Amino acid sequence: MIRVQLPQHLRTIAGVEGEVSLDVEGEITTRSVLDALEARYPALRGTIRDHATQHRRPFVRFFACQEDFSHESPDAPLPEAIAQGTEPFLVVGAIAGG
Amino acid sequence: MAKNSSGVRVLVGTRKGAFVLTSDGKRTNWDVSGPHFAGWEIYHVKGSPADPNRLYASQSSGWFGQMIQRSSDGGKTWEAVGNQFAYDGVPGTHQWYDGTPHPWEFKRVWHLEPSLTDPYTVYAGVEDAAMFRSTDGGQTWQELSGLRGHGSGPHWQPGAGGMCLHTILLDPADPQRIFIAISAAGAFRSDDGGQTWKPINKGLRSEMMPNPEAEVGHCVHRIAMHPSRPNVLFMQKHWDVMRSDDAGDSWHEVSGNLPTDFGFAIDVHAHEPDTVYVVPIKSDSEHFPLDGKLRVYRSRTGGNEWEALTNGLPQNDCYVNVLRDAMAVDRLDSCGIYFGTTGGQVYASTNAGDSWAAIVEHLPPVLSVEVQTLS
Repeated sequence: MIRVQLPQHLRTIAGVEGEVSLDVEGEITTRSVLDALEARYPALRGTIRDHATQHRRPFVRFFACQEDFSHESPDAPLPEAIAQGTEPFLVVGAIAGG
Repeated sequence: MAKNSSGVRVLVGTRKGAFVLTSDGKRTNWDVSGPHFAGWEIYHVKGSPADPNRLYASQSSGWFGQMIQRSSDGGKTWEAVGNQFAYDGVPGTHQWYDGTPHPWEFKRVWHLEPSLTDPYTVYAGVEDAAMFRSTDGGQTWQELSGLRGHGSGPHWQPGAGGMCLHTILLDPADPQRIFIAISAAGAFRSDDGGQTWKPINKGLRSEMMPNPEAEVGHCVHRIAMHPSRPNVLFMQKHWDVMRSDDAGDSWHEVSGNLPTDFGFAIDVHAHEPDTVYVVPIKSDSEHFPLDGKLRVYRSRTGGNEWEALTNGLPQNDCYVNVLRDAMAVDRLDSCGIYFGTTGGQVYASTNAGDSWAAIVEHLPPVLSVEVQTLS
């Protein structure tokens, strides 16, 4: 199972508390994880990625295993610890303001 | 005209959530529900005239984009519906603040206008300015692209708040007629249900424009209409309060004796089509009431002659603003007038403006106020 941590506002939209666990088929990438997340919680469509371009929204970041994957290809493999479910994939709202 | 045994539901959108205020027909004691969608910007909440339990809310965030929420029980529970607002075809460009071309980009929904007859049909006015319609209760949205594509789109430019379509008025006498307004493009009218549009800005004069009387480019802040007389429109422009008696084909100024004719909100008494309300704001540089006195001005003559309404409103050291979608009226026998401020107060008058009281005082900055009169 792939573990995903969402920021509070997106947990509210999805109607979940704590981490989300997902079955993800095929290679574990940012794209495949987000596809599975949006399939399970359709209300999240458009909140993390643009509907049309599927590009990451500007104020959203993706972290995994203490690395920033925000600017990596969405089809790049995520670390083995994400694929094994020992570490969560983090969707983070960028820090803004004082 | 509704009897005073009816109730009132006030729908308040704020910078940090939505609030639903309810009262009986006396409008003295208020129950406050919320925040709904806490922490999100709620630009607008509005109920369906065809089914008062059907509400639509625009929920947005700089981080996570646009959500549309729908309630079928008067705001007790909500469900997220469709949030994909795709411009029709290649969007093209409008003018940026400096006059250079800038691509059309969807940012948020400013205004939701439910159909007068069908609770599943709702119109959305968005930034960057365009008009969308849903006929399935908000699940899917289609652009009425004849507006953006009517020819003047490349000359539209954003106002200080963005290039927003903020006003949608549906003509109760003619289902094919729709009025809209855009900052800063001006007012437009469709006579065929939104397929084609024409600018209706003749008579407007805006000194900030190279040609002050150009067909488009005017920063219209708000338009109001009385449902019994849909050919008469009242407009709060950036500067100037205007009136049209021919469904927008021509406008004339009715600022009259207002102390300043800059402002955002404007509305019409529920039972007196020539009684109009505005909240004068000092200037486009100083968005607060003149002299620190929060005063609503009322005209009982359809403009030009205005009286200050101050009873119950702060008359010193008040520096809030009243935004364009933040004033509304109820339809009870003695017409109630409501407005919200950027200081988080919602004021109400149960006697057409003669006296006022804050019905809630410490909300986040208020973006919109709508009222439902419930039987």
